[in-house]
Amino acid sequence: MIQRIWHLIIKEFLALLKDKRSRFVVIVPPLVQLMVFGYAATFDLNDIPYALYNEDRGELSQQVLARLRGSTIFTEVREIRRDRDIAPLIDHRQVLFVIHFGPRFSERQARGGTAPIQILIDGRNSNTALITLGYLRTILADFNLQWLQRQGQASPPAFLETRAWFNESLQSRWFIVPGIVALLTLVVTMVTTAFTVAREREQGTFDQLLVTPITPFEILMGKSIPPFIIGLLEGSLIVAVAIFWFEVPFRGTWWILYTGMSLYLLAAIGVGLMISSLSVTQQQGLLGAFLFIVPAVILSGFATPIENMPEFVQAITYLDPMRYFLVIVRSTFLADSPFTILWPQFWPMALIGLFNLALAAWLFRHRLY
Amino acid sequence: MTNNHRIRALIRKEFIQVIRDPSSIAIAFVLPVILLLLFGYGVSLDAKRVPLALVVEQPSPEATSFTSSFYHSEYFIPIPAATMPVAESLLMSGDARGIVRLRENFVRRLKGGEGAPIQLIVNGIDANTARLVEGYVTGTWIQWLTRRSQVTRTALTQPIEIQQRIWFNAGVESRNFLVPGLIAVIMTLIGALLTSLVVAREWERGTMEALMSTPVTMGEILLGKIIPYFLLGTGGLLLSVAMAVWLFDVPLRGSFWLLWLGSSLFLLVALGMGLLISTIAKNQFVAGQIAIIVTFLPAFILSGFIFEIRSMPTFIQWITHLVPARYYVAILQTVFLAGDIWPILWPNLLALVIMAAFFLGRTRQISRKRLE
Repeated sequence: MIQRIWHLIIKEFLALLKDKRSRFVVIVPPLVQLMVFGYAATFDLNDIPYALYNEDRGELSQQVLARLRGSTIFTEVREIRRDRDIAPLIDHRQVLFVIHFGPRFSERQARGGTAPIQILIDGRNSNTALITLGYLRTILADFNLQWLQRQGQASPPAFLETRAWFNESLQSRWFIVPGIVALLTLVVTMVTTAFTVAREREQGTFDQLLVTPITPFEILMGKSIPPFIIGLLEGSLIVAVAIFWFEVPFRGTWWILYTGMSLYLLAAIGVGLMISSLSVTQQQGLLGAFLFIVPAVILSGFATPIENMPEFVQAITYLDPMRYFLVIVRSTFLADSPFTILWPQFWPMALIGLFNLALAAWLFRHRLY
Repeated sequence: MTNNHRIRALIRKEFIQVIRDPSSIAIAFVLPVILLLLFGYGVSLDAKRVPLALVVEQPSPEATSFTSSFYHSEYFIPIPAATMPVAESLLMSGDARGIVRLRENFVRRLKGGEGAPIQLIVNGIDANTARLVEGYVTGTWIQWLTRRSQVTRTALTQPIEIQQRIWFNAGVESRNFLVPGLIAVIMTLIGALLTSLVVAREWERGTMEALMSTPVTMGEILLGKIIPYFLLGTGGLLLSVAMAVWLFDVPLRGSFWLLWLGSSLFLLVALGMGLLISTIAKNQFVAGQIAIIVTFLPAFILSGFIFEIRSMPTFIQWITHLVPARYYVAILQTVFLAGDIWPILWPNLLALVIMAAFFLGRTRQISRKRLE
């Protein structure tokens, strides 16, 4: 039996790697994507263009501006003098926001009041707008605090001390790059498995396989071991690039990461083979894989947090293997979470994998077409 | 020379194939619906109801007045934690996004005038959410200070304050910018993925050779592929726009015809890419892989649909100029949320025209009646 499985494995590897183009497709593009996405996928903002509209002649506005100009996040690209210049700049996306000091800005403050600064911001990308406002608020709150202290006035009775754990300078690359490990591993394994059975069905060789003494279990092993090995190698390569190129710290335990990755691959291969055995043509196989990958990535928490989703969508995410592996890969990279805390992420992936593999094996013989 | 009769026959054949294989219908109509429902309802960058652990080491009226502001905020779900270790394990397991801790000397230092520290610890793994949480807690803290200064009659004059006005998207709903961007992803899928498989299949099965032995010209074969999938894509587009406007209430401030024009151009680009890929690959597996890698993933990550292009490193920004979805996303977000702003629209439309001409022209150039 071992020998028959072994021959099947060799055959699968040959089918996958003998063609120069498909060999290329499995190896090179994931690496290119990792590099590009590692740099591109970031929520951090820098060089945000803004325009200044200053009607104030006092000193206070200059002090505030000095703060703004000292930050690398913002770049002043234009100075305007009229109300009607504001709209075109924002409309045409030349600036993200306009900062406006009214004519009596310093005067109002000097009389003991609070002087308002108007921020007119482009809300087309709501996340960028919110984060920018957050930065501005932090800078100005800081300004207020120091100003009060300088004036010898009473400082506020309570103040915030903020610290971020696991990612002290809040770089979103540390969040995204480990996520890409999960993303690319899923795409590569799903696409390679989704074709295997469908290709044989389309070419008619699957029927030949079924009339040989090989059992469905052996076919299953023969079809899942090669993508498992490819996925494991690919995953390790991406982890290495994340650590050595992107310099994301790895603080966790290797065996937790690899146990997680193996179960994740098991789940991905299970779903892929199940889709493949349902398909009659390669087109159906690929589209099926796609219909799974796209929602799986979107609902996994890769770019947007799961807890922002409504309840019923959150319930669906429990079926998504990527959801669990993302928690494992991010926690092992940044937080060194112990196995006891991560345990709830492991068994659902095993369950998803075993269920789908069993279904795939059953479908080998029972799918009518 | 093209011949209408022959093209019509080819188109008819293509439509029969589409109808017989439900997976084509699925990608043109079912996938847009699923994606839009998922994104419209499911995906949001707006952190609301963030679970936050509260540790009060010495209960007091002042501490309660501070923590109660978290209970009244729509941004938080406060979780009371008895001790710091309990709160820390909540943070580790992801059940809390942050910890707010009032130490036992909170009241003494609050009244002593030296200033009482409020400790905030955020889980930095998700840096974006962490930053939003910081912002919300800061807002809550300032509100509490203002209320307290009114009650205790002590002056708390902030020298300056921010008055913000958010244009185009006053409620800062991330749905309003995600849904238009998503239409670009969907159009990429319909255009590029579907066509790349369709032509590769003809090569793989040998039906392309059968077609070559007929009087049909190569130009006619290509037109026979472009027209049906263009119509299918237009159907998908209308469905997506209808859902965006009527189901998700995304405002459509520009003109529908401009949206249509931009979408048709983009669809031509996507079809051109799909045809070019499959003509080069001649194998469904390779064509499918390439289509995902060069069309779908860039449309997702490099188009400005979720991640801001302006914040990317310069050389990546340069690469994004090669991604057609970038121009289409700019058109979609402008037409939906801002209106017909020509200075933004025409460079993007022009870029799409050039790309469509390039991909379709290149495909025409390399597809000859030739066997290997």
